[in-house]
Amino acid sequence: MLKSKEDLNQEIDWIVALAGNPNTGKSTVFNALTGLNQHTGNWPGKTVLKAEGTYAYGGYNYLLIDLPGTYSLFANSLEEQVARDYICFEQPDVSLIVTDATCLARHLNLVLQVLEITDKVVVCVNLLDEATRKGIQVNLEALSCELGVPVVGTTARDGVGLEELKETIALVAQRVICPQPRVISYDREIEGAIAELLPHLNVEAYPNLNKRWLALRLLEGDPSIFDYIKTPEAINEVLVKPVWAEG
Amino acid sequence: MAPSLNKIPIGQVCRIKEVTASGILRRRLLDLGFVPGGSVFIVRRAPLGDPTAYLVRGALIALREEEAATIDCRVKEEEDAFC
Repeated sequence: MLKSKEDLNQEIDWIVALAGNPNTGKSTVFNALTGLNQHTGNWPGKTVLKAEGTYAYGGYNYLLIDLPGTYSLFANSLEEQVARDYICFEQPDVSLIVTDATCLARHLNLVLQVLEITDKVVVCVNLLDEATRKGIQVNLEALSCELGVPVVGTTARDGVGLEELKETIALVAQRVICPQPRVISYDREIEGAIAELLPHLNVEAYPNLNKRWLALRLLEGDPSIFDYIKTPEAINEVLVKPVWAEG
Repeated sequence: MAPSLNKIPIGQVCRIKEVTASGILRRRLLDLGFVPGGSVFIVRRAPLGDPTAYLVRGALIALREEEAATIDCRVKEEEDAFC
């Protein structure tokens, strides 16, 4: 298992998970935030490299966890599973998603997937300088409105936007800002199945786990999720109904 | 019938009509940016004809022939901006 908050040094006040597609400048953001404090290490029992580092802001110490770069959180690969499990089950205080302003559409897939798991999200639109050079202007306010979570523009390489990023992370960590992520609604059959599953989903070990997300993964038949939950009979009964299997 | 992505010649641009793959492959293709309505530019093919590199939403992605065969396309006359 990954480190949980209790195992870590007491001096850490907030844990921030850093997610994003590969080659997004995620590590640049990581290095820019942590300065020279970062070190790399292995997830115990995993071969995937991660990095963690600390920074102080506004009187609090933040532990930044650099998750493996992924296109998705559907646990088709070890990297995706590591990233998903951390955001899902370790429940960091803030999940920071780094995106590339030069091809934002490609990155919003991961953003929406994270928003389905947690509301404690800050989106960082990085590489704004390169986007400007390519003639791309990102309307950060409109993006924030559409997603329902704070969006901060940065050029991490030059340190632009980092203060605002730290401030936004602090506000979300302290629940001064409570993001209201856009809820993605599915077909009527799927929504019906979710509604039917929800009352049966009580995962004692993870009381804060997003049940709607869990229901979606169960409907999808994601086998990796069964490791974490004891599936009661009732869920199996709901799941064997073939209504949505054709979807 | 819409041509599948593996049948489109090098240098052409097409628009994705439908991803017919299912399960993990479908999920993977969608995650990589092969989404209905999106543009794909066919960049180059490996010497033995497989795999092929595609420019999709600003990234160069290589697909095997059998994977590209599950993506139905519409061929477009001219190139427009994609990313």
